[in-house]
Amino acid sequence: MEVGFLLGSLLKIALLLGYLYGLLRVMGHPKLWVKALGVLAAFAVIQVALTDFNGFKLLNAFDQGLLFQAATMTMVALGLNLIYGFNGQFSLGQWGFYGIGAYCAADITYRWVNGDARGFLVVGIGIILGGLAIWGIGAFLKRYRGIPVLSSFTFYILGVVAAGFLAVKLGALLNPLFAPLLGTPANPGPLASGLALQVVFFFAVIFAGAFTAEISFLFGLPVLSLGSDYFGIATLGFAIVINTLMVNSDTILPFPEMKGGRGMIGIPKLTTWFWAFFFLLVVIILMRNLIHSSTGRAIMSVREDETASRAMGINVAENKLLTFVVGCFFAGIGGAVYAHYIGFLSPGTFDFLVGFNPLIIVVFGGLGSMTGTIAASFGWVFFLEGLLRVLLSQMGTEAPTWRYVLYPITLLLLILIRPQGLLGNVEWGFLKSVKVASRQKEAGTPPTGDAPQSIQEGA
Amino acid sequence: MMENILQTSPILQLQGVTKFFGGLCAVKSFDLKLNKGDLAGLIGPNGAGKTTAFNLITGLYQPTKGEIHFNGEQISGMDPHEITRMGIARTFQNIRLFPNLTVLDNVRIAYHAHIDYSMADSIFRSPRFSRGEKELTEKAQDFLSIFQLEGIQDELAKNLPYGEQRRVEIARALACDPKLLLLDEPAAGMNPREIINLMELIGFIRERFNLTILLIEHQMRVVMGICEHITVMDFGEVIARGNPNEIQNNPQVVEAYLGKGAANAA
Amino acid sequence: MQFPLSSSKPGIPGAVKKRAPLAWVGQSFLIILAIIVVAILGTNLVKDPSLFAQYFISGLQLGFVYAMIALGYTMVYGIVKLINFAHGDVFMVGAFVSYYCVARFQLHMWPLNVFPSMSVGLATILGSVSVILISMIVCVVLAVTIEKVAYKPLRDAPRIAALITAIGVSFFLEYFGALSFVYTPRFIPYERPFPVTAWYIQDGIHKVVAGVTPPAGAITFSNIFLIIVVASIIVQIVLQYLVRRTKMGIAMRATSFDKAAARLMGINVDSVISFTFAIGAAFAGLGGVLYAIAYSSIWAQLGILPGLKAFIAAVLGGIGSIPGALVGALIMGQAEAMTMGFISTPMRDAVAFTILILVLLVRPTGIFGEPEQEKA
Repeated sequence: MEVGFLLGSLLKIALLLGYLYGLLRVMGHPKLWVKALGVLAAFAVIQVALTDFNGFKLLNAFDQGLLFQAATMTMVALGLNLIYGFNGQFSLGQWGFYGIGAYCAADITYRWVNGDARGFLVVGIGIILGGLAIWGIGAFLKRYRGIPVLSSFTFYILGVVAAGFLAVKLGALLNPLFAPLLGTPANPGPLASGLALQVVFFFAVIFAGAFTAEISFLFGLPVLSLGSDYFGIATLGFAIVINTLMVNSDTILPFPEMKGGRGMIGIPKLTTWFWAFFFLLVVIILMRNLIHSSTGRAIMSVREDETASRAMGINVAENKLLTFVVGCFFAGIGGAVYAHYIGFLSPGTFDFLVGFNPLIIVVFGGLGSMTGTIAASFGWVFFLEGLLRVLLSQMGTEAPTWRYVLYPITLLLLILIRPQGLLGNVEWGFLKSVKVASRQKEAGTPPTGDAPQSIQEGA
Repeated sequence: MMENILQTSPILQLQGVTKFFGGLCAVKSFDLKLNKGDLAGLIGPNGAGKTTAFNLITGLYQPTKGEIHFNGEQISGMDPHEITRMGIARTFQNIRLFPNLTVLDNVRIAYHAHIDYSMADSIFRSPRFSRGEKELTEKAQDFLSIFQLEGIQDELAKNLPYGEQRRVEIARALACDPKLLLLDEPAAGMNPREIINLMELIGFIRERFNLTILLIEHQMRVVMGICEHITVMDFGEVIARGNPNEIQNNPQVVEAYLGKGAANAA
Repeated sequence: MQFPLSSSKPGIPGAVKKRAPLAWVGQSFLIILAIIVVAILGTNLVKDPSLFAQYFISGLQLGFVYAMIALGYTMVYGIVKLINFAHGDVFMVGAFVSYYCVARFQLHMWPLNVFPSMSVGLATILGSVSVILISMIVCVVLAVTIEKVAYKPLRDAPRIAALITAIGVSFFLEYFGALSFVYTPRFIPYERPFPVTAWYIQDGIHKVVAGVTPPAGAITFSNIFLIIVVASIIVQIVLQYLVRRTKMGIAMRATSFDKAAARLMGINVDSVISFTFAIGAAFAGLGGVLYAIAYSSIWAQLGILPGLKAFIAAVLGGIGSIPGALVGALIMGQAEAMTMGFISTPMRDAVAFTILILVLLVRPTGIFGEPEQEKA
């Protein structure tokens, strides 16, 4: 039985990787209709597999859970790969941002279905005002040269706090307009059911991402100037502090519905395969388009050599901050999708030790390889969370601990034996960089090292 | 000062630039003036402060004292990327390419400051993005073909032989669209044949791109062969200026390079 | 066109002190922060001086423990530029070894078992010291093994690679320790090798008797507090002597300055690095035992937060600097104790990391750190 299960699991992983390969290939197809059809088919395949046909499901509830977990993990890990793999900033705080996204989105929809629109209003207004404040202050500070980081940080934090304060006031003011339309959980109003709720969910995820991004901006601004090691420790500290705040969300923070260390229950389970697939695609496409552009090349050049990047006219500080914010945005989106799949958030999920998972995935898949991260996220979740959990269940209650004993050994072996990750920098289909035709053939002169003569001819 | 203003305004002017590292004076009251189209050399024994002077000009270091003007604008105090965008590009003594990026990407990065599409364009793959990217790639390939590197555009920079890395670095600096090019020991580690090529190449790019060039070099053949003005530094101070002929016969320079006895003998 | 130097003395002669624009904003932010802190501490000091003193003592106790751990961080970072993440777990292992020695094997009783006629006081001291020594030796062996297995093969790899393996080792130790055949994932009460005695100060020093609460307003302290302070100071002195006066210390300093040159001078860099890890681990082991005796409750993830805080202390004091580690650790200890006392217990970690970020922003190389010189 164990062997059969093992083979079955391996087959599932192989099928999933094939699926991902196919998806990326078809997304990279030059013809638009092929792309659209292929993506639709990819969506439908899983959708059908998840559908219950008279009690028969191709993917059972356990696999379904792993699938959603893998999808969210992919978003978080892609964000981390952007920050660490592509930009070279060693961040241990990704898990904290993931948690912020999860709690933020959960709070929005939880309040919404419980007849309170303030979560939605305050966060929505807050991120818009906060964004405007950051943009305005940024424009103002551009006029000065060489402002100390601490000063610009002070400006930004004052601006954002003011924006947040205003948002809370405005939210409380506007809430009575919405509240009657929301109803109660037992008897949902017109805005808290059906399509309206789906729209709210969509915005909740986007808001959570944007909220996370703004927090990461405020945090990254002072901390990114510290240098690689210190940045790693500071981000780790951030993850720990966020976790502390989660445990005390009902005492230190004014959110009784989060219930502190006992965990937040009753989050509406709104994440369907459609949404998970949709947001996964959004993250993949956003990141791929960002990487394969001038900004993306600048991001990678900062990883390669900061001084040379500076000498190439790249604003390194700005570039790092941008990358960090985008990476954390992805984490926030992932967290929001996760929260509405699982329906229950507990601070233990966002413990900083668990937060090393995305890091391991990124290293495993290969730094600076999107394909690697995607494949490793799925492989990792299915292999270690799934297979290992089942195999280790023989050991009884010790299983989770054994898992964490084996993780670091795997990680150590990987770093020592294959530091470039499993896939190195292989990219599949859609994620490949666009090949530019070389001009060697046209010029017709093989490189001889005798440069000036041919230049004379050319000129 | 008066004569300077009456003459054509210099493209680069350093006035009394001083740089201390802790108590160590790396560059001391350094004055330098380059006119448009000059091809000037900066020489001196090891540790004379030449590279520090480059780092001061490009903004990697901030001068402790003194001012640097480029095209009439003060650039001391600016960030390196701002200075590069104003039109000063450089190469590094110990080649600093982006090792894990392709040769083409290395050159394309230099255009980052000049791209005319926004990040939103690239995320939504707008027509402006495609146009800008195509244009930029073509420009980059033009540079690569000037340096006879078109065949290796997809190679990773770290896999290139030394001489090619030097050429890529110069191509990358030129792609920044500079008015002033600073070359830090471009001939280091080259064989005589490559050096001759390099000298011709420097002359060629100067004409073709209408450049002002300042170079640091230890190979006297290069300096004496192509530079019109030479500034000699020793222990952070300028000890001589002049054309190659004057420098060769300057006893102070000989002393700096060969020691006191040699100067007397000369 | 010559601009004579207004002064040719080294230092920053004639430098026009350029003030960065809007610097006052950040400075006033810091000043307001400082005023708030001083106000909170000040009002509490006036309100209840003895309570304040009590927190000060517990802060000192924490601070001196952190100092012992911080030394390992600061030395290892100074020499191999690696944040030895597993150092906090070596500290944990120190506590665990002593737990096994005492609770399982009764090793602290050996002097009485071997020499029944020995006086109880001397036997306790001898037994406790041998328990501490065993813990230290195990920690040293562990740290040197970790260094050989996980860090040495990566010495020429990017620094982050070694940091990741350090995290991996740290994980491994934590969860391996949490397995039930090793230990358990839970807290277990710690059996002390010697009893803790406390005194209180009010009109002279009195011994605290079990079952009798000391009078209100009395400041209590314990023998373990005194032991921690003395041990930590001795460790500092020993290390100072080691680094300044011995051949190995010179080799260590040379290695931290320039590894390649040190190797050319005939220094066995590998053994110097191993020695550094060993020394750091020995101190961490000592700290671990004393911490466990003082707080009398241990678990597998005991080392994470003290380890991180000790690292922050090392950064705060200027990483690579030995007196800096002590000063940074004392600051961290006070910050933690005062936060627990007067702000809120859960926020103590937040305060620690906030201090780290602020200090690094204001003085990137820490309090005692020497300014780094950039190379282009």
